Amino acid sequence: MTKRMFLVCVIMGLTAGWISAQAQPAKVIAIRGAKIIPVVGDDIEGGTIIIKDGKIEAVGKDVAIPSGAEIVEAKGLCAYPGMIDGYSFLGLQEISGVSATVDNRETGRINPQVRAIEALRYDSMHIPIARSNGITAALVAPTGGLISGQSTLIKLDGWTNREMVIKSQAAMQIEFPGIRGGRGGFGGMGRGGAVTADATRLIAELKELFKNARYYQKRKEFAAKNPAAAQPEFQETLEFILPVVRGELTVMISVHSDKDIKAAIQFVKDENLKAVFFGVEQGWKVADDLKKSNIPVIISSLYDMPPVWDDGYDSLFRNPGVLNKAGVKIAFSSVSASVAKDLPYHAAKAAAFGLDKKEALKAVTIYPAEIFGVDKIMGSLEKGKAANIVLSDGDILETRTNIKKVYIDGQETDMSNRYLELLEKFKKRG
Amino acid sequence: MNAIIKNLLISAFVLALIAPPAFSAEGSILIKNGTILTVTKGVMVKGDILVINGVIKQIGENIPAPEGIKVIDASGKYVIPGLIDSHTHIALAGTNEGSEAITPEADVGEVVNADDVSILTALSGGVTMVHTMHGSANPIGGPNVVLKMKWGKPSEELIVHEALRTLKFALGENVKQSSRTITVGGPPPRYPQTRMGTNAIIRREMLKARVYMEEWGRYNKLKASKTPPKNLLPPRKDLRMEVLSDLLRGKIVARCHDYQATEALEFMGLAKEFGFKVQALEHAWEAYKIADELAAAKVGISVFADSWAYKMEAAEGIAYDAGYCAKKGVLVSINSDSGERIRRLFNEAGKSMKYGGLTENEALSLITINPAIQLGVEKIVGSLEVGKQGDIAIFNEHPMSAYTRCEMTIIEGDIYFDRAEYLKDREEAYKKAQAPKKGGRP
Repeated sequence: MTKRMFLVCVIMGLTAGWISAQAQPAKVIAIRGAKIIPVVGDDIEGGTIIIKDGKIEAVGKDVAIPSGAEIVEAKGLCAYPGMIDGYSFLGLQEISGVSATVDNRETGRINPQVRAIEALRYDSMHIPIARSNGITAALVAPTGGLISGQSTLIKLDGWTNREMVIKSQAAMQIEFPGIRGGRGGFGGMGRGGAVTADATRLIAELKELFKNARYYQKRKEFAAKNPAAAQPEFQETLEFILPVVRGELTVMISVHSDKDIKAAIQFVKDENLKAVFFGVEQGWKVADDLKKSNIPVIISSLYDMPPVWDDGYDSLFRNPGVLNKAGVKIAFSSVSASVAKDLPYHAAKAAAFGLDKKEALKAVTIYPAEIFGVDKIMGSLEKGKAANIVLSDGDILETRTNIKKVYIDGQETDMSNRYLELLEKFKKRG
Repeated sequence: MNAIIKNLLISAFVLALIAPPAFSAEGSILIKNGTILTVTKGVMVKGDILVINGVIKQIGENIPAPEGIKVIDASGKYVIPGLIDSHTHIALAGTNEGSEAITPEADVGEVVNADDVSILTALSGGVTMVHTMHGSANPIGGPNVVLKMKWGKPSEELIVHEALRTLKFALGENVKQSSRTITVGGPPPRYPQTRMGTNAIIRREMLKARVYMEEWGRYNKLKASKTPPKNLLPPRKDLRMEVLSDLLRGKIVARCHDYQATEALEFMGLAKEFGFKVQALEHAWEAYKIADELAAAKVGISVFADSWAYKMEAAEGIAYDAGYCAKKGVLVSINSDSGERIRRLFNEAGKSMKYGGLTENEALSLITINPAIQLGVEKIVGSLEVGKQGDIAIFNEHPMSAYTRCEMTIIEGDIYFDRAEYLKDREEAYKKAQAPKKGGRP
């Protein structure tokens, strides 16, 4: 390349950057003619959504479109709020069987110090696949051990991990053993023995830890006030448990059997924690206790077998409906990276087994937003909320529905993904 | 007319009048007023299906109910062929004979376990037939078996003898034992450890089988001759070579576990070299890269809808694989390969409408007629047609909808899964458990 050509390129590059920078501010988008399903409030046939500064400026049947707005014709399409995955491994897991690409499971049992956000692979191939199926936010959780670490709530768009943050530390993940001990075999069940889940001993261990953390806190406070007193020796585990015992950081407790759920409710009460439950496969057996506790529930993947055969072949499928009817707040989750895109189908599966269809939709939109404390900024199509909008050619929970456009914070996202890249590449063979 | 014949005719007529109905209560059923998705003969919006003695006798409107037959009201529901899973490992007392690389004598058909609850799981998702296979631990595994999900029946009655005999082959990471850790003092690595070795060992066995067949041919010819040599000895019987000989004679077809395009093409090359038939490639996550070659060689694929990225060789498995290949003329089936996924096989097939643009009927074909063809049982199952076996599933909504649910599963006219009945039983069991116990000590 000659020096002159290089200079021309540099100038062109700079100018292009300047032009795009000039085009950015105060961009107003009007999505017109769509059937709007705001989730909160009634559906609006042939409605309009105005997006300004990344937020929803107006939603309604007769909304005036500001002059100069970019108009998106959406006649024949449906507009939904972006879906929120209540528990995923997005960005922490690429190829689950290749440990070099797996970052969601730290060694050891007690790891409150590890944070999902700090390992989040923002350009994971699984994120654009989930996003182009209408999922715009996800909880990303570490797993394994008793205290797995801190999960993070992200939006599924951004050029760095930190750009994706909604809540960098969403919850402290605690895991009680699954009922899975009772199963075994090749993808099957029932070959093993009895239900093994019993959290009692683990709850005692946690209580001891929390007690120590509180004591550690007191000693630190005392030392801060008394120059003569020595600080307690630095203890990493206690240090990172402090936000939990102070009630500043939510705990998400992975809990499965009815007995453990009851024990966990008592534990949350005793320790005065802010809590969310995850898993809750036998929740239907203790739905009233859950309701009374006011603890919301992230339903685990429905791509699983009933924990015990006696629960009935459809126990996982009907569990969400039973909990919802009892008044427990539920949200769905993929518990996956590679098939996180299937989030809507878990909700539809529960709807096939008794959950009201509208409630199923809420359980992938507004309910997870409420559970994660972000319902003021997302989870429905309402004025003032982030413009996380999905345009589809049908019911967003249906398998056959095609997603046409996805907006996150008012930005139209790139719909290409690993599937399409490979498909297009090999289509070229003719 | 001869008086004897006359008498006989009269008594036959009388007998016909007083005879019981010409069908047994078992294996006979009339399903009324459902939306019938025949798969091969279109859709009938409000139709009846009559199954007599296990076989579909009639499909049409307002079929009169033969006296004493069981009648099912399917109003507002969808009546479809029983689903067929082309690749599973359920209902077996053993899956992998992985101790050696070559074990074609290890036949899973000999270890069918009719008590596996996966059969019930399959039924609860409308699945009536499965191809249950040897595992993928070795390049040449063993023969597979086709079963009907006749829960409660003995193992022998599950086996579908009309099906093609199939032999499991496997390539790639499992065979290479990629995820196995070699420990000091533990067993040494097993040959092969590469894809080169995998192809080479299969070729070796085929060459061996050729010699084996030739030797038996020579022996049989000499033995049949007018003056057989006095010292003529038969070659040594080799159970492995017997199976491979049947493969080379075309009496058995190959079903080969593969992931990558290269290994698939090379295996197809081996098939051509030795003249055996590859009925289908299993998983075939890179089939979309070689769809034209597959279509030209008439090699089918049996794949997941979108379960991918669980190992390196599955890292380019795109959800468009099934739909794209189907449109390119490849015979595609969607399989579960799992005792759990099997009960939502219909959900998995439905994904090919979004990824691949298949129609409802094309998507449903992936789990009905297509796997039937792959298993060589398309004359008896795989669609709703008169003369085929009465393997039927009833769904409350269209089976390709995410909101659907299996209500009833019927095999050869007998009900093996009935959700309404199941719920009734559960309700009663619950009431019984709640009722105050009589007697007993305080």
